[in-house]
Amino acid sequence: MATTALTPTSETYRRSWVIEWLTTVDHKKIGILYIVNSFAFFFAAGILALLVRSELAVPGLQFLDERTYNQAFTMHGTIMIFLFVVPVLSGFANYIVPLQIGAPDMAFPRINALSFWFLPLGGLLIFSGYLFGGAAAEGWTLYTPLSGGKFSTGVGTDLWLIGLLLVGTASILGSINFIATIFKMRAPGMTLFRMPILVWTVLVTATLILLATPVLAAGMIALFIDRNYGGSFFDPNTGGNPILWQHLFWFFGHPEVYIVILPAMGVVSEILPVFTRRPLFGYRAFVHATIAIGLLSFSVWAHHMFTTGQVFMPFFSFMTALIAVPTGVKMFNWLATLWRGSIILATPMLFALGFLSMFLIGGISGVMLSAPPIDFHLQDTYFVVAHLHYVFFGGSVFGVFAATYYWFPKMTGRRLNEPLGKVHFWMHFIGFNLAFFPQHILGIQGMPRRVADYSPDAGWTLLNLMSTAGAVLIAASVLPFLVNVVATFINGERVGDDPWEGNTLEWATSSPPPAHNFDKLPPIRSERPVFDLRHRHDAERVSVAKVEDQ
Amino acid sequence: MTVQVPTSMSADTTTHTALAHREAGMPTPLVGMLLFIASEVMFFGGLFASYFNARAVHIGEWGPPAGAPELEIFPIALPITIILVASSFTMQFGVWAIRRGDQRAMRNWTLLTLVLGVTFLIGQIYDYTQLGFGISDGAFGTVFYTLTGFHGAHVFGGAVGLTILAARASQGQFSKQNHVAVEAISIYWHFVDVVWIALFSTLYFLR
Repeated sequence: MATTALTPTSETYRRSWVIEWLTTVDHKKIGILYIVNSFAFFFAAGILALLVRSELAVPGLQFLDERTYNQAFTMHGTIMIFLFVVPVLSGFANYIVPLQIGAPDMAFPRINALSFWFLPLGGLLIFSGYLFGGAAAEGWTLYTPLSGGKFSTGVGTDLWLIGLLLVGTASILGSINFIATIFKMRAPGMTLFRMPILVWTVLVTATLILLATPVLAAGMIALFIDRNYGGSFFDPNTGGNPILWQHLFWFFGHPEVYIVILPAMGVVSEILPVFTRRPLFGYRAFVHATIAIGLLSFSVWAHHMFTTGQVFMPFFSFMTALIAVPTGVKMFNWLATLWRGSIILATPMLFALGFLSMFLIGGISGVMLSAPPIDFHLQDTYFVVAHLHYVFFGGSVFGVFAATYYWFPKMTGRRLNEPLGKVHFWMHFIGFNLAFFPQHILGIQGMPRRVADYSPDAGWTLLNLMSTAGAVLIAASVLPFLVNVVATFINGERVGDDPWEGNTLEWATSSPPPAHNFDKLPPIRSERPVFDLRHRHDAERVSVAKVEDQ
Repeated sequence: MTVQVPTSMSADTTTHTALAHREAGMPTPLVGMLLFIASEVMFFGGLFASYFNARAVHIGEWGPPAGAPELEIFPIALPITIILVASSFTMQFGVWAIRRGDQRAMRNWTLLTLVLGVTFLIGQIYDYTQLGFGISDGAFGTVFYTLTGFHGAHVFGGAVGLTILAARASQGQFSKQNHVAVEAISIYWHFVDVVWIALFSTLYFLR
């Protein structure tokens, strides 16, 4: 019998790094591809946001005409949501989830690569509208009849639909992969209720993607047929119904909000225990709250449609307010975790605390909007813009940066510079609040969203100027971040395998991990196996001390 | 502060990962296929919702536009429905054959299923030419062609899968123990069949 080398050296497979990264099926490399690609789209969409804010800084049209302005805010919203926040969190999940459950890779590595490569392709298709007479300009929600063939004649809208269908397909394939991985690839001892919270939130998120995205795909295909083949799904003149688009869009769109926030909640729930030196308070309650949010998210979509007069408001209002209950449970868990903890204010922790405070504001304004009388008043005003940015930016993006600072040492073996990280955090935090808090007041004063100009007599000038200043500060905060990432990558402090004294399995292997992730695993007897391993002799010491006392 | 966990592990506290992942319960590819079908259910759910919405807001009698003949289950729709339903049975006989280890019978059943599926598609395309209305002829035309068209595309996808199964069976790639692809494609084929039954009942009987 021929002997087979059980541990082939990496030299066997050596090839140029370009080919390696283009063809990789390693979940860690794909995760990094996701993250880098997402940040590229983040910067592009950020520039669009700066254009929007520059135009709004003072009354009058200075930089953009209305058409360009409409394209700018449409592309900003679309790219930020579909090509930054969702995929960047998928990227971290791709890297971390298999490690946290002690698996060697995802369940379907090649499908994993496919779902990544659809993303840059889809994103470029959406952007390519600019080359063919103008990108989509109907807002990221693409409401009919405005987005129908009669009022949006350019191919930008069609490219938007095709690109987003690709991105949606990628998310569906990715979610199948995550669910199969989490159910089939866990290491021995990793029972469901020993899974790290991030894994739980990714599991619920993937289920939401799996069940919500196809409905949007059906809607986008219907709109494409209306625009290109003379269909009448959304055209009332030929027997269609424009409100149907809103139903299909928001049946996806509201679960989408939780798709974006749940993994960020997972990230924060990984970081708080490590930087307070306490276990997460109420692990099981947290898991049940996550599942409850996932279930409830499918029964609230029509709260975006109160003003259409075609939805049953008492039901959707009640269900929307009900989501505050499991979310409140989580907030309680986080605060109770902080309570009497030995808090270490490192940069990941700062961003996690930023998440808690900013997401709280976004959550409260969300509950306000769930009440139809308030919603009727504030529909399509800047209050809604402020609310959604406190959830997406104050929530998810703070979570993304927390994850970046927390797991950068895992991915590279080097820790991001702490002073620069703190400069980044404070610029980001102050800039964010300066940019978006005034928008609450603007909205209450009646300033509508998606307008390129406003009257100098409206009394909105000062608050708009503050908001623009905040946007500039956020943009400036990217500079210390980028410098930090590049400098650390080249010449950062090497901090070993487990610089934060983590609890979960990703810290039980080297940093960065080998291609197969683990040579050996510690025994998994709780949701904190690495903590248990680190303190495995403490229990003996305590019992010995007790015996000596007696 | 740094604890070098991997190097500080002693042998008695560790298990080997490479050997630890045993297959238990449902095979992973089947899990993937079932999840994919869950997403497909939601996709067709969106299309069916569009159908019922168009029907709900429609004024006047629901059906093909004025001037076009009434939708009839003969001579095409009912026969191709029976053919597609029969193909689910032939598919399942193929699955049972490979579970016994009879690869030859499995290949023949798969080929018969493929022939029935393709017959369905040809029948449907012929039916399209006889209907007398198009996708742009009002709400009924739009939802009729969108729903049946996407179902047809799924039948086509299934036919590609069946072709691959038959080719792999000819190469002798399946056995009693190792035939997860057959199981996965069969589940998909049954799903496509069920969608058609729902679609056929909705379009032709729910009037």
